[in-house]
Amino acid sequence: MTYVPPEVIEEKVLEIYEDIKGRYAELKNKDKLKIPTVEMPAQDPHVRAHNLEEVAIGYTLEEAIVEANRCLQCPTQPCIDGCPVRIDIPAFIEKIALNEIQQSVDIIKEASLLPAICGRVCPQESQCQATCIVGKAKKDVDKAVAIGRLERFAADWERERGAIKVPEVKPETGKKVAIVGSGPAGLVVAADVRREGHDVTIFEAFHKLGGVMRYGIPEFRLPNDIVDIEISTLKKMGIKFQMNYVVGRTRKLTDLMAKDGFDAVFLGTGAGLPIFMGIEGENLVGVFSANEYLTRANLMRAFDREHADTPIYKSKVVAVLGGGNVAMDSARMALRLGAEKVYVIYRRTEVEMPARKEEVLHAKEEGIEFHFLQNAKRILGDEKGRVVGMECLRYELGEPDASGRRRPVVIEGSEFTIDLDTVIVAIGNGSNPLISQTVPELKVNKWGNIVVNEKQKSSVDKIYAGGDIVLGAATVILAMGEGRKAAASINELLAENVETEKEAEINS
Amino acid sequence: MSKILYKEQLSENVYLMRLEAPLIAEERKAGQFIILQIDEDFGERIPLTIADANAEEGSITIIFQVVGLTTEELSLMNVGDAIPVLVGPLGTPTHIKNYGNVVCVGGGIGVAPLHPIAEALKAAGNNVTIIIGARNKELIILEDEMKKIADEFIICTDDGSYGRKALVTEPLKELCERDPKPDMVIAIGPPIMMKFCSETTRPYKVFTQVSLNTIMVDGTGMCGGCRVNVGGEVKFVCVDGPEFDGHLVDFDNMMQRLNAFKDIEEEKHHCHIDKLVELKEKEL
Ligand SMILES: Cc1cc2nc3c(=O)[nH]c(=O)nc-3n(C[C@H](O)[C@H](O)[C@H](O)COP(=O)(O)OP(=O)(O)OC[C@H]3O[C@@H](n4cnc5c(N)ncnc54)[C@H](O)[C@@H]3O)c2cc1C
Ligand code: SF4
Ligand code: FES
Repeated sequence: MTYVPPEVIEEKVLEIYEDIKGRYAELKNKDKLKIPTVEMPAQDPHVRAHNLEEVAIGYTLEEAIVEANRCLQCPTQPCIDGCPVRIDIPAFIEKIALNEIQQSVDIIKEASLLPAICGRVCPQESQCQATCIVGKAKKDVDKAVAIGRLERFAADWERERGAIKVPEVKPETGKKVAIVGSGPAGLVVAADVRREGHDVTIFEAFHKLGGVMRYGIPEFRLPNDIVDIEISTLKKMGIKFQMNYVVGRTRKLTDLMAKDGFDAVFLGTGAGLPIFMGIEGENLVGVFSANEYLTRANLMRAFDREHADTPIYKSKVVAVLGGGNVAMDSARMALRLGAEKVYVIYRRTEVEMPARKEEVLHAKEEGIEFHFLQNAKRILGDEKGRVVGMECLRYELGEPDASGRRRPVVIEGSEFTIDLDTVIVAIGNGSNPLISQTVPELKVNKWGNIVVNEKQKSSVDKIYAGGDIVLGAATVILAMGEGRKAAASINELLAENVETEKEAEINS
Repeated sequence: MSKILYKEQLSENVYLMRLEAPLIAEERKAGQFIILQIDEDFGERIPLTIADANAEEGSITIIFQVVGLTTEELSLMNVGDAIPVLVGPLGTPTHIKNYGNVVCVGGGIGVAPLHPIAEALKAAGNNVTIIIGARNKELIILEDEMKKIADEFIICTDDGSYGRKALVTEPLKELCERDPKPDMVIAIGPPIMMKFCSETTRPYKVFTQVSLNTIMVDGTGMCGGCRVNVGGEVKFVCVDGPEFDGHLVDFDNMMQRLNAFKDIEEEKHHCHIDKLVELKEKEL
């Protein structure tokens, strides 16, 4: 697919809009199926490769209405089954089609707390849009109703009007809940628990809030302002934030409960342990974990070379190892930081790449080169210990493995060398052991993920967990889904406590 | 946010500060460090060892040498000013026990992190020999404090302006040749000094610990920027360390990694100085 400028998209859409305006009730399925997909307007690839502004610009009202008219309002609602938090998708889309945007937002928010974020970063093509009937009818998932873009449109519409409603908070119960980590899992638990009138404090190791949404996912994909506004809503609800606070170091988890009187704790500490390849040359100067590279660029603002004190490597030729979102973000960030050439090196083929499809497409448009069926064997350095090249191996796809994906097999003797000065390792994250080490009773599996029951409760009473620390590196929406479940369990636990306390009072 | 309660200049480029940090003061143990930032948005994160703490006052003491942008700006801050980002205590505390005879070697500013460790080792019943060294007399810090702890006390300077004219490795070697030889050596200072202390004790098979001060970003094990090669394994200094077996550390790689951003930092430093000069000129 080639890049289409926003004006061209808009012009095309306006024609269709004039045609269907006010005729929503009349349109038959066959009319709807004739409406072409409304592409996402985006910044020109040549321009955006050098700035940090958001790549995808978002639909105009007319574009959103036209896209919403493509939805068939299927009675079986397969899209809802594809959504991890079961947003009533046909209902919110219908409201957009009818130009009742606030009602649309209200429907989304019944199920999802952070739609402006999810609309931007969810892998819709493997969730709601994968099961969409329109995509099935056209035998192309890219032609499914653009549910994610519509979700984003509705959420942005509300935010840009300053119309975000602060959820109601019930009278104070006097119960205290500690939330460790301010990523999507923690934020959702905070909101849901606070709504019941409990006193909520979020503890965050960093000086800024949002978890991976802040330090990992770059501004050009998820602007910080959006995360900030969501957090300001939580502040308005009376949720407290303690930054620069590493639970397990600044204070032991057990002390939070025993000494500081927290009645329940939620651990949403994420998957913050970079995995390296374990190959020769990996400690050379110029090899970075994606976490380090992106944290420097995003959280520490090294992108702004003039103002930021945190330095970032000056790269000419960069290889990024991996095929997920983290790899895409690293590659595109390197380009924006001035690299002349950026390669993404992935062991399997494009189909197996776990990254969001839109990100891969955008990366290609920006000039990132993809090298499939290749992997690093060792990294080469000069006498100063700086990276000068990388020896790679070629692969072919063999038998499917346990996950059903075809396993890449090395082609013996296929070594070749590429010249480069920077290698970014983006092959995944394990779970950070900091908390589990300080609470030995807390059960973890062999990957270090906290083991929880179906209510998100850990092996220790009053301690709940969710998000990447339980799932391994997963997604924002799954973290939110687990947060919702954990919050319900915590609310249930605290309600019981309130009941028994009341009884005790009456009896005494 | 953490207020500066006290500030003192120890030598030309070395400053001591007491900072308000009640939680850190309560939890910290010898060998741990903090990370601070002097600007919440654009500042860089630098690790500094906790040289001392006072739980009653709710304060910690840091001692730092002006070596870059952040330490320079920090040195210009005064009592009453607030440091916007301070997090800790980080790192694994020193393993303190009664080894028997221990030698604590501190080079330059390394004496600051060494102080709480020497103190704890003494309290655990060790016989403590302390060697401190610096380029010249002006750069010796915490002499009285260390002397108080030491059973045997040796000072060396490179230029002979104070104490013995020697590198710290010289008396260290002599101690290793004594009978009984030391049961444990802990060396803290510039990387090159720690490397040579480790080389000095290696032939005598004396267990030698060093405290590494690598580049860090988060300080919680999330980025791997602080990684070092220890005995062929990758270790994260901020969580697995900062102390490691000096005989296993790949110092050469560590020193190369410390220089990763040198060129950029120097460039920045020049711009920064230009900016300071400009400001001063405007003032006049
Ligand atoms: C570069 C990158 C791109 C991604 N892109 C996408 C995408 O496009 N779509 C998608 O759905 N997902 C994406 N993901 C994954 C997604 O961001 C995560 O699955 C999600 O953020 C997990 O949420 P969480 O709340 O579990 O943890 P996190 O977001 O990881 O937040 C955990 C927070 O806890 C804090 N913390 C950790 N330990 C402690 C402690 N001891 N004390 C106090 N605080 C602590 C951390 O500092 C952090 O702020 C991406 C991830 C990365 C790294
Ligand atoms: S499956 Fe697709 S067409 Fe059907 S209701 Fe859901 S979004 Fe609309
Ligand atoms: S400083 Fe980031 S892992 Fe140690």
